[in-house]
Amino acid sequence: MSARDEILGRVRSALSGVSPAVDLPPAPRAPDRGDLVALFVERVEDYRAVVTRCSPDDLGSVVAEVLGSASSVVPPGLGLDVAGSVVDDGLAAADLDRIDAVVTRARVGIAETGTLVLDHAPDQGRRAISLVPDLHVCIVDAAQVVADVPDAIALLDPARPTTWISGPSATSDIELDRVEGVHGPRTLHVVLVG
Amino acid sequence: MSGTFVGMPAFPTAAREALADTQLRRNLAHATRTIRDKRAAVVAEVEDWEELRVAGAAVKEAALRDLATHLETLEASLVAAGATVHWARDAAEACAIVASVAHTHGVDEVVKVKSMATAEIGLNEALEAEGIAAWETDLAELIVQLGDDLPSHILVPAIHRNRAEVREIFRRRMGDVGRPAPDDLTDEPAMLAGAARAHLREKFLRAKVAVSGANFAVADTGTLVVVESEGNGRMCLTLPDVLVSVVGIEKVVATWSDLDPMLRLLPRSSTGERMNPYTSTWSGVTPGDGPQEVHVVLLDNGRTRALADDVGRQALRCIRCSACLNVCPVYERVGGHAYGSVYPGPIGAILNPLLNGVADEQTASLPYASSLCGACFEVCPVRIDIPSVLVDQRAAVVDSHRGDRVPKPEAVAMKAAAWTFSSAKRLARAERASGLAGRVLGRFSRTTLPGGRAAAGRLPGPAAGWTGARDLPAPPTESFREWWDRTDGGRDGSAR
Amino acid sequence: MRVALQVTCVNDAMFPDTGKAVVRLLRRLGVEVDFPQAQTCCGQPMVNTGYLDEAVPVVRAFVDAFAGYDAIVTPSGSCAGSARHQHSIVADRSGDPALVAAVAETGPRTYELSEFLVDVLGVTDVGAYFPHRVTYHPTCHSLRMLGVGDRPTRLLEAVRGIELVDLPNATECCGFGGTFALKNADTSVAMGADKARHVRDTGAEVLVAGDNSCLMHVGGMLSRQRAGVRVMHLAEVLATTEDTEGGSSGPAVGERAGDRA
Repeated sequence: MSARDEILGRVRSALSGVSPAVDLPPAPRAPDRGDLVALFVERVEDYRAVVTRCSPDDLGSVVAEVLGSASSVVPPGLGLDVAGSVVDDGLAAADLDRIDAVVTRARVGIAETGTLVLDHAPDQGRRAISLVPDLHVCIVDAAQVVADVPDAIALLDPARPTTWISGPSATSDIELDRVEGVHGPRTLHVVLVG
Repeated sequence: MSGTFVGMPAFPTAAREALADTQLRRNLAHATRTIRDKRAAVVAEVEDWEELRVAGAAVKEAALRDLATHLETLEASLVAAGATVHWARDAAEACAIVASVAHTHGVDEVVKVKSMATAEIGLNEALEAEGIAAWETDLAELIVQLGDDLPSHILVPAIHRNRAEVREIFRRRMGDVGRPAPDDLTDEPAMLAGAARAHLREKFLRAKVAVSGANFAVADTGTLVVVESEGNGRMCLTLPDVLVSVVGIEKVVATWSDLDPMLRLLPRSSTGERMNPYTSTWSGVTPGDGPQEVHVVLLDNGRTRALADDVGRQALRCIRCSACLNVCPVYERVGGHAYGSVYPGPIGAILNPLLNGVADEQTASLPYASSLCGACFEVCPVRIDIPSVLVDQRAAVVDSHRGDRVPKPEAVAMKAAAWTFSSAKRLARAERASGLAGRVLGRFSRTTLPGGRAAAGRLPGPAAGWTGARDLPAPPTESFREWWDRTDGGRDGSAR
Repeated sequence: MRVALQVTCVNDAMFPDTGKAVVRLLRRLGVEVDFPQAQTCCGQPMVNTGYLDEAVPVVRAFVDAFAGYDAIVTPSGSCAGSARHQHSIVADRSGDPALVAAVAETGPRTYELSEFLVDVLGVTDVGAYFPHRVTYHPTCHSLRMLGVGDRPTRLLEAVRGIELVDLPNATECCGFGGTFALKNADTSVAMGADKARHVRDTGAEVLVAGDNSCLMHVGGMLSRQRAGVRVMHLAEVLATTEDTEGGSSGPAVGERAGDRA
C-alpha cells in the first residue's frame, strides 16, 4: 500500500465514529478604534519602523529624500520614477545583495497590528527584491489601510504569494530580548500617501 | 553535529540534574518572565481574547475531525498549483524524501527554516549521514547547532543560553563552518544578531535547496504559511531554486479565511507581539518568483495515533506557540532538556506520549512532569485542556502496566488506598492507627510547627521524599469523624 | 436546604480543626451541616496518578454518601474540582450508567467553601476577627479549575483586625501537586522554595489558603526553614471571633496545641 493510502486509511480509522460536525463560531472583531490611519502609523512606529506621511504630489521627492545616496532597486510596475534606481528584471540574489535599498508599494496595511502585506503584484515585485536589500521603502496609500487581520485576509488572493511585514526584521532569540535587524531589511521606512 | 535525546533518563532524574544548574535556572527565570509579561500585555489589548481562542480552537478542531477530506483537498490544491506532494508514514520516510530531492539536484548542503517537524524527525542527522549539510538559519537554532547542543524550547531552542554563552559559541565555532565571528564581537544581542546575519548571508546567497516546515497548510487553496521574525525564513522560501516543506498532517486548516483567528492568536501567544515581523504565504510555484520546484511532504509519524485518542486528539490543535512552556512553573525551573524531546514543557508532556505511546520509561515519565496547576490551559490559544490530557495519559501509563507480573510499589499502594477509601469503616480504622502514630510522634518529636503543633522532621524510608525538605505535621490524636461522633458535631456543648 | 460537609480525607485524618472550623462558621451563619459518616475521599489521589479503575469504588462511596443533599460543602478547592470535573471521567470509565447519573447529580452541587459562603449564602462579612498580618495563596485548583476568583480575598478583607498583604507571584503553583510532590520531589521542592520565599517577603505571620494539602507542603518548608510563618486554612481564619481569639499571643495557638498528645 502507498504511504498516501496508508496514512489516509489510518486517519479514517482514527476518526471512525467521530462526528465531523464542529460548531464554528465567527472570530470576534476588534471594536471600532476611530482613526485607522493614525492607529496604523502608531503601531508601525511601535516596531521601530520609520513612517513619513506625504501628499501624492510630494511622493517622488519624499522617496528621493529617504533614499539619499543609497543605491536602489524598484519593481517594474512601481509607477514612480526613482532617479538612479535599477528596475528589477530578474536580478540574481548576489546582485541584489550589492544594492542598498528597495522601493515597493504594498497591497494592504493593517491598522490593528501595524502590518504591511505585499502580494508581489508588479508594483511590488518579486519577493526577493523586498528582502535582500537592507532598506525597504514601502509606499502605502492611506486608502489601503484596513482595520484588522480578517479585513486583510478577505482582500488577499491566496493564489499569489504574500509577505506580511511588521517592522524591520527582528529576533528575540537571545534572552527573549527583542532586537531589530537580522536577515531581512534592517530598516523599514513606510511612506504613507494621503 | 548536534546532540541527541536518545538515552535520556526519565524526567525526575533529568530534572534533578537541571535543578542544580544555577546558570540554567537564572537564564530560564529571566527569559520566561520576560516573555510572560510581553504576552500578558498584548493579550490584554484584545477585548474578546476568549472568543478568539474559542474560534481558533474550533478552526483546528473542525479540520482535525474531517482530516482525511482536508488532506485530499490539500493534495489536489497543491498539485494544481504546481507542487509535488509526498506522503511519509514516519521519520525515516520523510528524511529519505528530503535527501532524495537534495541528491537529485546534486547538492551537498541545504538551508533550513526553523521547523519543529524536521527537528522531530531528526532530519539534520539523517541528511548528514547522506553527506548533506543542513544549515540552521534561525538564530536560536544556529546557536544550538554551533554549540553541539539540544533544543530546549519550541520557539527559542536556545532559551537556556545567555548572551555571554552565545558570544562564546559564536567565537569558537562560526569559523569552522563558514564566515567567522568578528574579532570584536561583544555579548550585545544586537551585535550577536549582526554576526549571525553576516555568517549566514553567504549560505543564503549560494543555496540551491531549502527545507522548511509550515505553521499552517490551507486545504482549499494549497497555501503554506510560515510565521517568523528574522527574515531567515523569507530567505529560504524565496532565494533557492528548490523548496521542500515537511508538514505534519495536523497543520491543515480548511480554508484561507480560517487563517484569520490563527494569525491573530499565534503572534500574541508566541513572541508576545501584535504581529510577528514576517509571515510568508505561498501556493505551489509562482512563475518567475521564488522556488520553481516545490515539494511538500505530508508527515504522519504518530499523528494518526494521537488522532485516534478521543481525549488526546485536541493536542493536535497545537500551533507551537510555546505559551504553555513560558507559564509552566515546572518548565521554568528544569528547562526543556529534562523532557528528552524536541517538544518540551506541558505540550511535550502530552504530545510525546500521544505520538509515541508510553512503552518506554522516559516517555512514560512525562505525563507526571506536572503539578496539574492548569496555567498551561489558561494561556493556550487553541484551548487545549492540557491538565485533562495529562491525567488521561497518566491513566494510559498505569493501564499499560496492568498486566505486569510484579506490580510496581505505587500500584500496590494505590490499590490499598482505594480499598481503604471505598469504605468509611476501613478509613476510620486507618485513622485510629494514624492517631496512635500521632500520639507517639507528639510525645517524642522535637520539631514543632509554628503555632505549636508537633511535627516530624527528617524521616527515613518512603517518607524521605516528603520530609527531606518539609516538616510533616504529626497526625492528630483524634480524627474529624471521631470528634464528630464524640461531640455530636460539637453540639454537645464542648468547645471542641 | 440540606447541606452536607465533605471534610475531605486529608482534613479528616490530618487537619480536623479545619473541619471543626467549617462547622462552627456555618453554624454561626445559621447553617446546620450534616456530616455523612459514609464519606471517605473524593478519589483525586487515584485519578491524578492515573489509577482510574481504583478510583471507581471511591467515587461510588462519594456519591452514596452525599446522595440527596442540596449542597455539598468542602474546605478544599482541589476536592471540589475533583467532584465537579473528574468524577464524570471515572464514572464513564466504570461503564455504569447509574454511576454516571449519580455523579451528574453530586458534581454540580459540590461547592468549595468560599463559593458556598459568597454565592449560596450571599455573605462576605462572616463576623470574623483576626488581628494578624496575613497573606493569601490562591491554590491552583480553586483558582483555575473552579474559578473562585476573588471570593476568598473578599471574605478575608471583611475580617475585622486583619492586615491582608499581597503575595508576590501569588498565582504561581506552590509545587504540591498531589503525588507530584513525591514522584517529582526535587521539582516540587524547588517550586515550594520559591513560594516560601515570596511568603517570607510579605512579612506575614500567617499564610492562608483554601487547601490544606498545599499548606502542608509550603508550611512544611516554612517550618523547616524556621521562618516564623504559620499556615492556616481559610476556614479557620473565618471561624475565629473575638471570643475565640481572646487576645492570645499568637494566632489560635491553643487550638492547634490541642492536637498535641
